[in-house]
Amino acid sequence: MNRPTNIQDSPVSNSAEILKPPVTAVGPIGWLRKNLFNNALNSLLTLLTLAFLWKTVPPLLRWAFADALWTTPSALCRQNDGACWSVISRNIRFILFGFYPYDQQWRPTAAVILLLGLIFFSRDRKYWTKGLAYAWIAGLTVMGTLMAGGVFGLTGVESSLWGGLPLTLLLAVFGLTAAYPLGVLLALGRQSRMPAVKVLCIVYIELIRGVPLISLLFMASIIFPLFLPAGITINKILRAQAAIILFTAAYIAEVVRGGLQAIPRGQYEAAESLGLNYYLTMRLVVLPQALKIVIPPTVSILISAFKDTSLVVIIALYDVLKTTQTVLSNPEWMGFSREAYLFLALLYFTGCFSMSHYSRRLERQLSTEH
Amino acid sequence: MPPVQKLNPPSAQSAEPFWLDPRKRAVLFQAFVLGLVALIAWYLVTNTVENLHRQKIATGFGFLQKEAAFEIGESVIPYSAADTYARALLVGALNTVKVAFIGIVLTVILGTFIGIARLSGNWLIARLAAVYIEVMQDIPVLLQLFFWYALFYETLPGPRNALNPLTGVYVCNRGLIIPAVDPHPAWRIMALALAAAMVVAWVVRRWARRRQDRTGQAFPVFRVSCALILGAPLLAWLAMGSPRAVTLPELQGFNFVGGKTLSPEFMAVLLGLVLYTAAFVAEIVRAGIQAVGKGQREAAMALGLRPAQVLRLVILPQALRVIIPPLTSQMLNLTKNSSLAVAIGYPDFVSVANTTINQTGQSIEGVALIMVVYLFFSLSTSAFMNWYNKKAKLVER
Repeated sequence: MNRPTNIQDSPVSNSAEILKPPVTAVGPIGWLRKNLFNNALNSLLTLLTLAFLWKTVPPLLRWAFADALWTTPSALCRQNDGACWSVISRNIRFILFGFYPYDQQWRPTAAVILLLGLIFFSRDRKYWTKGLAYAWIAGLTVMGTLMAGGVFGLTGVESSLWGGLPLTLLLAVFGLTAAYPLGVLLALGRQSRMPAVKVLCIVYIELIRGVPLISLLFMASIIFPLFLPAGITINKILRAQAAIILFTAAYIAEVVRGGLQAIPRGQYEAAESLGLNYYLTMRLVVLPQALKIVIPPTVSILISAFKDTSLVVIIALYDVLKTTQTVLSNPEWMGFSREAYLFLALLYFTGCFSMSHYSRRLERQLSTEH
Repeated sequence: MPPVQKLNPPSAQSAEPFWLDPRKRAVLFQAFVLGLVALIAWYLVTNTVENLHRQKIATGFGFLQKEAAFEIGESVIPYSAADTYARALLVGALNTVKVAFIGIVLTVILGTFIGIARLSGNWLIARLAAVYIEVMQDIPVLLQLFFWYALFYETLPGPRNALNPLTGVYVCNRGLIIPAVDPHPAWRIMALALAAAMVVAWVVRRWARRRQDRTGQAFPVFRVSCALILGAPLLAWLAMGSPRAVTLPELQGFNFVGGKTLSPEFMAVLLGLVLYTAAFVAEIVRAGIQAVGKGQREAAMALGLRPAQVLRLVILPQALRVIIPPLTSQMLNLTKNSSLAVAIGYPDFVSVANTTINQTGQSIEGVALIMVVYLFFSLSTSAFMNWYNKKAKLVER
């Protein structure tokens, strides 16, 4: 803003009139011309896209909102053209909590709120201290107690009755917290100079990464019981959890390996020349740098692990997808799959999108480059 | 030399306790780890053998030769319930290959389009592509499969009111029905002509490159290859009397007769996998294009290359080096995700293996087969990747 006034004040340019840029080059019109109609092809594409949006979006909005029914019984929905969100609102407690005893459902609610609160607190790096780690351990213990009961006057609830959102979140959170250290160990093992350790780690990682998660889940649900001595059984949720942990760890290991390889040799040599042993070299010099580099790919693995928890449907665990399908198999609510699946999609999208958004922010904060 | 010996006498080294020697320590540690793994394996195996013995389950792959006694909804090779389990599993594996192959081709096409759209100068198109990528990546692929499947069997009308977007193409709750080309010997000849043309094009390319190295004269390889690959099948078609007979599907009673029906299960698996994976491919393509610096294009133009040459000789080789490795891993992901077809009843390999396990109780063998088949896909992909990386690696000084 300074320069035009200066020019105007100076005697030399006083004679020349200061022209404003043409109205078609700045402001909304200029923006439109620059971004949407800058040449014939782009103008055509813009018009076609607008026509397409005009054809699809308004009917969709009418279906999803204007004509939609939100809380009515299913009979009314069947006479209606719009979306029937009642399938969600009327069954929300079953979708979210599965077969958990109806009068006890405040407990999973509290557990989920506790978990979300912990996640919310962990966002800020200023809370990344030992205290937070203890808070997580305490929080997860309290969650487990709330879900299982049996102490402090809480009625015990069999884990076979756990279901819905708490199950999805538990599988994801416990899966990730256990898989991460295991993955780091595997990555270190793969980079190790000891041939036996190295080969074991490579075989494990490549084997797991080569097969689909579903084969591991099958293994957990049908073969794992054969591995245990007679009379000992481990419940199905734990077995699926183990499969998810073993699967995710292999992927985390590969990501961490990328980080380890990106650390220049000089760092290892400097640590050695300081007299640090292997453990201290890794803990103080290499891992802090390596793990920082790989935050973005790690988060994408977290996101896919969260999405992958939906696969437990196939071995008939009642996660949030399976509870929804159970509702849909009820004759009363048959035929409203679109609405139900869209609701679930929104649920998963919210989770994954906030994770990827957070990862981008963290990446910016952690970047020490100028 | 004597003073050195004095400083470090051999007797002192042997007196050093073994835990201070890193080499001995490493050997000890590895022996410990191996022993632990062997112990765990031994424990699991003995338990398993004991359990199998107690439950009277026979082990081994003998069941593969028995009669399968179940029908499979769709198959590329002839199959009936009287065939063996081995054949049923082969049918499943071929179904997996079918959906994965078509899926990969469509994914690469769609993903490339969206990746380019993401970089478009057109704000609207770039935004739409970004929204597509973000939304599709953040919804589990299994949920997407269920959604498309539900759309087919629940929302679409029955055969009588089938949607008819193009002549001869019907969409209804029985799937997608498209016209089928009548069998004719010309098709086989055309396929042979195409294969021959590809081989000739490859030879021409090698010859042209060698000639250019020797004489500096360029040869229009691209145009000649295009002419060969399009021309040879066309000539074969004309020579065989240009067969044009096509059977249009027709509604008879409650179903369509004639034409080719793609089942709702197949369509749902294909749609779900393609739409989901294309979002990841789009990101890869975008990154690949952005990885080639602007200076590269400008330098190539300054050398006087034509735009097509700039693209073919400068931009693409560099972009592909960045694109191909993650792209192959996405193709592999698509193949592995096709195993989710079991959830909506498309008879892929996992689905057939699952039925086999349920019928025979041979769970260990069944799961082992699943793992081996997918490991085969993965290992061959990584073999290809290593070969490509070696070929495409930057040759540095």
